[in-house]
Amino acid sequence: MAAPLTLLLIVAVTIRAALFRSSLAELIAERVEVVSPITAWKRVVEGLALLDLGVSPYSGDVFHETPLIIYMFHFLVDYAEITFMTFVFGALCVCICFFFIYLSLMPFQFRKQKFALEADRYPMDSLELIRSPKEMYYVPLKVAMFYLLNPFTILSCVAKSTCGLNNAVLALFFLSTIKGNVLLSAIFLCLATYQSIYPITLCAPAMLYFMQRQYIPVNFHRVSFWWFIVQYLFMYLGSLFVLICLSFFLLGSWDYLPSVYGFILSVPDLTPNIGLFWYFFAEMFEHFRLFFLCVFQINVFFYTIPLSIKLKEHPVFLIFMQLAVISIFKSYPTVGDVALYLAFLPVWSHLHRFLRNIFLVSCVLLACSALFPVLWHLWIYAGSANSNFYYAITLLFNVAQILLVSDYFYAFLRREHHLTNGLYLKRKDGSEATLILK
Amino acid sequence: MGLLSDPNRRRALISMLTRLNAPICVVCYFAGVAWFMGLAFEPFTLRTYMSENAMGSTMVEERFPAGERALATGREFAAHKKKVGGMPVDWLVKNMQDRGLEVFTQSFSRTLPFPDENKERYIVKGTNVYGILRAPRAPRTEALVLSAPCSPGDNNNQAVGLLLGLAQYFRNQIYWAKDIIFLVNEHDLIGMQAWLEGYHHTNTTGMSWSPLQGRGGSIQAALSLELSSDVITSLDLVLEGLNGQLPNLDLANLFYAFCQKIGVLCTIQGKLQRNDWDSVSGYNHAVQTMMLMVMKQASGRPWGDHGLFLRYHIEAATIKGVNSFRQYKTDATTIGRLLEGMYRKLNNLLERLHQSYFFYLMPSLSHFVSIGYYMPAFGLLAVILLLRALDLWVQLNTPPSTTEDGVADIDQVRHTLLSVLTPLVISHLTGVALYALPIRFQETAVEHFPVSETEAVVLTAIAIYTAGLALPHNTHRYYIVSTVPDVRGWRVLKLVAVLYLAVLLGCTALINFSLGFILALTLVPLAAFVTPHVPKVLSAFILVILSPACTLLFSVFFFQELQDMPVSFQDGWLLYLSVISQGILDHSLYGSLVYPLIALLVYPCWLLFWNILFWK
Repeated sequence: MAAPLTLLLIVAVTIRAALFRSSLAELIAERVEVVSPITAWKRVVEGLALLDLGVSPYSGDVFHETPLIIYMFHFLVDYAEITFMTFVFGALCVCICFFFIYLSLMPFQFRKQKFALEADRYPMDSLELIRSPKEMYYVPLKVAMFYLLNPFTILSCVAKSTCGLNNAVLALFFLSTIKGNVLLSAIFLCLATYQSIYPITLCAPAMLYFMQRQYIPVNFHRVSFWWFIVQYLFMYLGSLFVLICLSFFLLGSWDYLPSVYGFILSVPDLTPNIGLFWYFFAEMFEHFRLFFLCVFQINVFFYTIPLSIKLKEHPVFLIFMQLAVISIFKSYPTVGDVALYLAFLPVWSHLHRFLRNIFLVSCVLLACSALFPVLWHLWIYAGSANSNFYYAITLLFNVAQILLVSDYFYAFLRREHHLTNGLYLKRKDGSEATLILK
Repeated sequence: MGLLSDPNRRRALISMLTRLNAPICVVCYFAGVAWFMGLAFEPFTLRTYMSENAMGSTMVEERFPAGERALATGREFAAHKKKVGGMPVDWLVKNMQDRGLEVFTQSFSRTLPFPDENKERYIVKGTNVYGILRAPRAPRTEALVLSAPCSPGDNNNQAVGLLLGLAQYFRNQIYWAKDIIFLVNEHDLIGMQAWLEGYHHTNTTGMSWSPLQGRGGSIQAALSLELSSDVITSLDLVLEGLNGQLPNLDLANLFYAFCQKIGVLCTIQGKLQRNDWDSVSGYNHAVQTMMLMVMKQASGRPWGDHGLFLRYHIEAATIKGVNSFRQYKTDATTIGRLLEGMYRKLNNLLERLHQSYFFYLMPSLSHFVSIGYYMPAFGLLAVILLLRALDLWVQLNTPPSTTEDGVADIDQVRHTLLSVLTPLVISHLTGVALYALPIRFQETAVEHFPVSETEAVVLTAIAIYTAGLALPHNTHRYYIVSTVPDVRGWRVLKLVAVLYLAVLLGCTALINFSLGFILALTLVPLAAFVTPHVPKVLSAFILVILSPACTLLFSVFFFQELQDMPVSFQDGWLLYLSVISQGILDHSLYGSLVYPLIALLVYPCWLLFWNILFWK
């Protein structure tokens, strides 16, 4: 296992280094699909210049990253290569974290399966659905490959998008969660929230996971349930408070709050990207703006409730769903966000037999990825197409993502159903039955 | 969403699609071709109409009087040109200054990657002269361009004369709201490229030019004038620009409207308009006109000096005067009035031309086919690829799995992955060689073979292309020791290749419909039928016939046929070689994308299918 992993790492780093050295790097760093107004390296450089001049980096409405990021880079930027290495490191870090997540996830899964088997919970004919260690052996490697060799990740890394760092923080959060370290989990989740607000919805799966692990029943009438929630939230909010105060003391002003979080929530920058916000808000009459802004933002957070209820037994899958929802509906999505949840797909390789539209959806995703630059060229450079063409592809891309995620969701639920009810369902009269989702 | 979630209906649909796959594909192909041919039929096309309000309703009266004097200036220009043996820069500067323009010159030089045998040039040095007429009525933020190339020999003298005559006349009018730039460019497109790059402060092709001393506002529209005789019989409108880009249809409409108004015969692709659309010959005529446009657009090269303006988001067209043996003659004064009218209307523009279509084909000057009408023809061809891909996907998912344990399964996967990855990498490397080597190795080739540089480049390209066919395609058999028969391998490769082709053609068709459609016409049937089990020799022959290089060869003959200038096979072959060299030159001089597209993407994709045919 170590040899292929090393080979993979070498290949991944070589590709990135080669691209970073080539003239393509500049082109990639300008692509709207790869960098958003928040994560663009160009803007970080602008912020650094302002900081050097002794001006607040947030004056001038260009820089929108958090203060910690800018101080980190202020520290590093003297060494151009080191800066690049940071991004490589970010990507690698994510991969390694994924790797460990899965390594540590496996025994737990098997323990659960074993208990269930011993308790005769599963009917005999669903045994073929149960995952064997052999099948799972290569999954961590596949996860690493899916993340490191994904063109989306490569592009995002070569563009030096700070999205890679956000992904690394999120990966550390999964790692510490799955390792069972409550404090670290809360701290990393708070870091992720501090970076981009939306990960706050990952609170729910994290808490569900710990409760499952510590055998705390999810029951509103139990004191232990509430006590755990209070504990976790205390750690989470406490570290958030520390971070915010730290930023304040570093910067000496509260400038960054409107310019980072206000920017994320009120979406003033309508540069086209792969998300759904820009076109909609560019076309809208001004007096509807606030209303639809609320609707769009609530949309991102709202899915937490139904998903947590439905998936309260399966917090890891819930994390995957939440990540996908965030990266589809967030206000400034980039392909780096998409790559993060795509890396999870090999973990669910046992669901493949229940997937229905995977072929269609992957074709659409592939075609859309190729069409983004083409339509951008036609719109911006050739001037012969217009924004509607580009938005049509954005829309299709997001619909395909939603179909992909809901397909996995359906497959997951269906496997659970088969695990308890047997693989070959019978109708009451004995004939073969099929499951239909209506 | 019933179709996506109801398993019974899905199964029925998929089984129908896999059972009837071949007939559906055949029907789609012929429907696509029929749809395309139908586009030229007049009742299926739209009449052109002026969409831009600023140019539509305003009345313009043309008063340009000085045609004869312009012709005299042209003769004077010719004399000076002959005396200097090139562009008479000083005479032009003096003349433009006399007419009250702000005159500037720009010198440029460029060494071609290899000698251009068609135009006999290798190291190009030249000067552009341009004069700016400042707008008296507006803040000079916008400009219009009128250009005439200074061509070698006796060509285009009248165009320069008319340009100077118009400059003098325009100078005395007070209604100009936009700067008008009169440009005389040397060495046709190379000079134009230098001037445009200088004007916009870009340098995309590594040409050296001196910076422009004077500049007008942002250019809204440009016309390039080519005129080689004192009287003409008709005016031809050339629209096709770099990479198949077309100007806004309103520019063509404007030209057509003024030709109608002033009573000048106008043509497109050199074909007059005919009114007998319901007769067979009338339909043939329309098809010919449209096919000429398709072929020209597919070539991706600029067909007039206007072609490079389009890259800078400037609507531009070339107007060519044609003198044939018709009775009806038009003199220079009339052409001057026509141009005056067009410029006055363009002067009225309040924003860039954007109202009308950018994606269109023209079966005649008064009718056009918009993107919504012609895309289905391509869509029907592209659907074949998707259907084949679906069929392969179903086949890949259904075979009884022989392996039980996970390890063997992993081996199988890895083995499939490698057997797909190897041909992909090899064919792309061949593509890179085809793209990069011909120009690199011209000197070596010239040393060792009795050929000129140009021939060396073209022949190297053809040699690499042919050598690609002979590459060891079954690399996978060298490292496979397993005894498990590989049934998935070629199917996976074909699935990848078919999807690759679909995406590639789709993107190409969006940027340059004609190129995408012609490639689809030849590559789609090939992609649909190739398997390792078809008779080898016959299929190999068909595959070669349908390969991109042969498509180009047929296109050359077909294009000559369409222009009513059929050539013998010998001449056709020479023409084919010169077309290849022009394609490579266009890429390195102006950044045309056709050559890299074919070399780096289409050819490797075709090699994948070649690979599948010889899969063991």
